[in-house]
Amino acid sequence: MLLSSITLAIVLISSNEITLAAPPPLPTGLEPESTGAPALPAGLSPDSAPSLPTGLATPKTDAPALPAGLSSPPPLPGGLAPNASPSLPAGLGSTPALPTGIEQTQSNPADVEEQDDTFNLFSGDEPFINVSGFWDIRGGVRTQNDPYQDQFSLGETRLQIGLQKDIGPVAINIVSDFLYDPIALNQHADLQTGNGWVDLREANIAFSPLSFMDIKFGRQILTWGTGDLIFINDLFPKDWQAFFIGRDLEYLKAPSDALKTSFFSDYGNLDFIYTPWFNADRSITGERLSYYNPMLDSLAGQNAIVESERPDAGEYALRLYKTIAGNELALYGYYGFWKSPFGFNPSTNKATYPKMRSLGASVRRPVWKGIANIEVGYYDSYEKGAGTNPFIPNSEARFLLGYEQEIVQNFSIGVQYYVEWMQDYNGYVSAQEQIGARVIRNEVRHTLTNRLTLMTHQQNVTWSLFTFFSPSDLDAYFRPSVSYKVTDAWLLETGGNFFVGKHEYSFFGQFVNNNNVYAAIRYSF
Amino acid sequence: MSIKQLTLGLSAILASSVALAAAPSVDEIVNRTNYTSYYQGQDGKAKVKMTITDSQNRTRNREFVVLRRDIPTTDAIENNAYEGDQKMYVYFNRPADVNKMVFMVLKKIKTDDDRWLYLPALDLVKRIAASDKRTSFVGSDFLYEDISGRNLQADTHTLIGTDANYYIVENKPVAADEVEFSRYVMYIHKTTFLPISTEYYNKQGEKYKTYTALAVETINGHPTITKSEAKNLKTGGSTLMEYSSVEYDVGIPDDIFSERNLRKPPRKLLR
Repeated sequence: MLLSSITLAIVLISSNEITLAAPPPLPTGLEPESTGAPALPAGLSPDSAPSLPTGLATPKTDAPALPAGLSSPPPLPGGLAPNASPSLPAGLGSTPALPTGIEQTQSNPADVEEQDDTFNLFSGDEPFINVSGFWDIRGGVRTQNDPYQDQFSLGETRLQIGLQKDIGPVAINIVSDFLYDPIALNQHADLQTGNGWVDLREANIAFSPLSFMDIKFGRQILTWGTGDLIFINDLFPKDWQAFFIGRDLEYLKAPSDALKTSFFSDYGNLDFIYTPWFNADRSITGERLSYYNPMLDSLAGQNAIVESERPDAGEYALRLYKTIAGNELALYGYYGFWKSPFGFNPSTNKATYPKMRSLGASVRRPVWKGIANIEVGYYDSYEKGAGTNPFIPNSEARFLLGYEQEIVQNFSIGVQYYVEWMQDYNGYVSAQEQIGARVIRNEVRHTLTNRLTLMTHQQNVTWSLFTFFSPSDLDAYFRPSVSYKVTDAWLLETGGNFFVGKHEYSFFGQFVNNNNVYAAIRYSF
Repeated sequence: MSIKQLTLGLSAILASSVALAAAPSVDEIVNRTNYTSYYQGQDGKAKVKMTITDSQNRTRNREFVVLRRDIPTTDAIENNAYEGDQKMYVYFNRPADVNKMVFMVLKKIKTDDDRWLYLPALDLVKRIAASDKRTSFVGSDFLYEDISGRNLQADTHTLIGTDANYYIVENKPVAADEVEFSRYVMYIHKTTFLPISTEYYNKQGEKYKTYTALAVETINGHPTITKSEAKNLKTGGSTLMEYSSVEYDVGIPDDIFSERNLRKPPRKLLR
C-alpha cells in the first residue's frame, strides 16, 4: 500500500515534468513567480532547452493511425504522455523551435533587458536635421499638332529638398524645388507663380502656443474638403497647368503664404487661415497649354497669353469641423476672390480676379462598404456690378456627391457627381447677349468622375485612370497613368492627359490640342 | 522518510490534478493569444522595420512607428473584457517616397474599421474605405489582418494537440468563401501564449504561408514577439518584421488619434 503510493508518486513526479511545464492556473502577468527568469517558468527550460534548438522538441513519431484532421482528444490524456508527441495530429510533423528570445530569457535574461534599452532599428534616427526629397526627370509630348504651342508639353528636371528640424517645441519645415525647365517661356524666378529655377513649396514654422491651439506660419500647402480632384470649399491655390501636363499630383496644390491658426475642443475644431496677399491659382495662361479665348472666339495659346491683374488684398478661410459617430462634419467660409481670372477688365484688356466669398458644408462617412461624401458650397460673386456686368462671373451654387470603395483586393473605384449651378442665369444671358458673346454657357454644368486604381506586383505597380465627363458640356478628360516602384528609391511613371469635347469652348473641350503623353523617372531619398 | 515521500507524492498528485484541471479551454487559449498579440497594456508604441524579400532576393524596406491605444480599460481575459476597439497611428519614415505619411485606423470589433491616410505633400487627409483585410500591408507578406488582428469570431478554433511547449490550435473560417485559406494552425507557446508559428493552408489543403516568431523579449512585463517572419511558400517571397523601442503603457493620449495629429505628428511620441 505504502510502497505503491510511493511508486505512484515517483511515477507522477517523473512524468509530471511535462504536466508541470504547463504552469498552474496561468498566473496573471504571465510570469512564473518561482524563478527570476521573466518569461519562462523553470519547468520549461530543462524540459525543452536541450531538444528544441534543432527543432526536435517532439521526435516525429508520425503516428500513422491518426488521419489528418482527426485530432486526438485535446489535453494530455492522463497527463502521462512521455514524449508529448502522441497528442500531435498526423501531418503536423514536429512543432516549431522556440524563438531566440525565449531561449535567451532562460539563459541570460540580463542581456535582453540591456538590449531593450539600446536597440534601435532606425538607422538615421534623430539626425541634426531631417533631409528628404527626390530628383525627378520628366518629359512629355503632344499627341497632335498645336499651332500655338511647342510639340513638347513637358521637359524638366527638378530636385526637391525637404528640411525638417525641431527646435524645442517649434518645428521648422522647408521644402524647395530647384528645376531646369527649358520649355517654360518665362525663366524669370517668381516665387508666387512658381516660374523659374526655384519653386519654394514650403517654408514654415509650426508650434502649439496652447494645448488647444496650433499655429503654422509661412509658406505651406493647404488642403481641406472632401472631393477627389474636385474642390468646392478648398479655395487654396491650385496649379492647373501642372495638373494637365503630367507633373506629379503633388503639384496640383500650389503653396499658400499664410498664417494658419487652429483651435481644438471637444465641441468642435476651428481652422482660421489668413493669407495677407492673394494667392491665385496657377491657371492656364496659354503659355504652355492652349485654351479657348472668347475675344478671339477660337483656340489660342502663345499668340494670346492671358495677362491678369492680381488684387492687392488678402484672403480669409475658415473651417469648423467635428466628427460625430464616424460622420466627419464641416462648415466652411471664405472671403477673397475667384481663384482663377474669370473676370475681365476691358480698359486694361487684362483678366481679373473678381471678389468672391463663399459658404459651404461637407459630410463624409462610411456607407455600405465604402466612403461617401457630400459637399456643397455657395460662391457669392459680390464684385460691384456682378449680374449685369458681362465681365464678372455670376454667383454659383456647387454640389458634390461621391463614393469610393475597394471592389476586390487592391482594386478600388471612386465615382463622383458634381454640379455647378449658375445663379441669376437670365441676367447672365442678357449681359452676354449685350456684348454679342458667341458662347453662352449652360445654367447647370454637370460632371461625373470615375477613378479606377489597381495595384499589382506586390503593390509596386499602380495602374490608374481618372475620368471627368460632363454630359451637359459634352466633353471629357482622361488621366491614365502607370507607375512602377523599381526599388524603394527608383520610380518609373508614364501617363497621359486626353481631352475630348464637342465644342472648343467647353471646359475640357478647349484643351483638345493639349493631349499629351509623358514619362518620368524619380529617385527619392 | 516514507511519510515525507508520501506527502510529496500526494502533493504531486494534487499538483498534477490542479494542472490538469487548469489546462485552459481552447477558447481561453485563443483569447490569451489574441491578447498577447494585440492588446497588451493600455497602450503601446514600437518602431517597426520590415524587410520584404521577393523570390529573386530583391529587398525593399519599410520603417514606421506604431502607436496604439485600447478603448477597453482592462486587460482581463475573463469574458473577453480586454477585447474591444483600438486606435492605431502609423507614421512612416521609409521608404523615402512615403516619408511623413500617416495611416490611422480606428479598429472596430463589430463593424468595419475607420481608416485615414495623410499625404503630407498634398496636406490631404484622405479617408479610405475599409478594404479587404486580407490585402497585403504596404506590399509586404503581412496582411492588414496580421497587423491589426483577426476577429476571433471569424474562425472556429480546435485544440488539436499539445506538446511540451505548445498548444496546437486549428482555426477554420466561419465564412470560408470570404478568405483565401481553408484553415490555419497556430503553435501557441504554453506559458506566454505567444503564437510562435502559424501555418496557413489553401483550399487545396496545401500549406502556402507561414509566420514564425524569431525573437521574443519581455518588455514592461509583457512577452513580446520582436522579430517575426512571414513566408509565402507559393511566391517564394518573405518579409522580416523587426520591432524596436517597444514600450507599453506609455500614456498615449486619446486625442493623438485625430486629424490634428495627422497634420501635425506628435514628434515626441514618434522618437
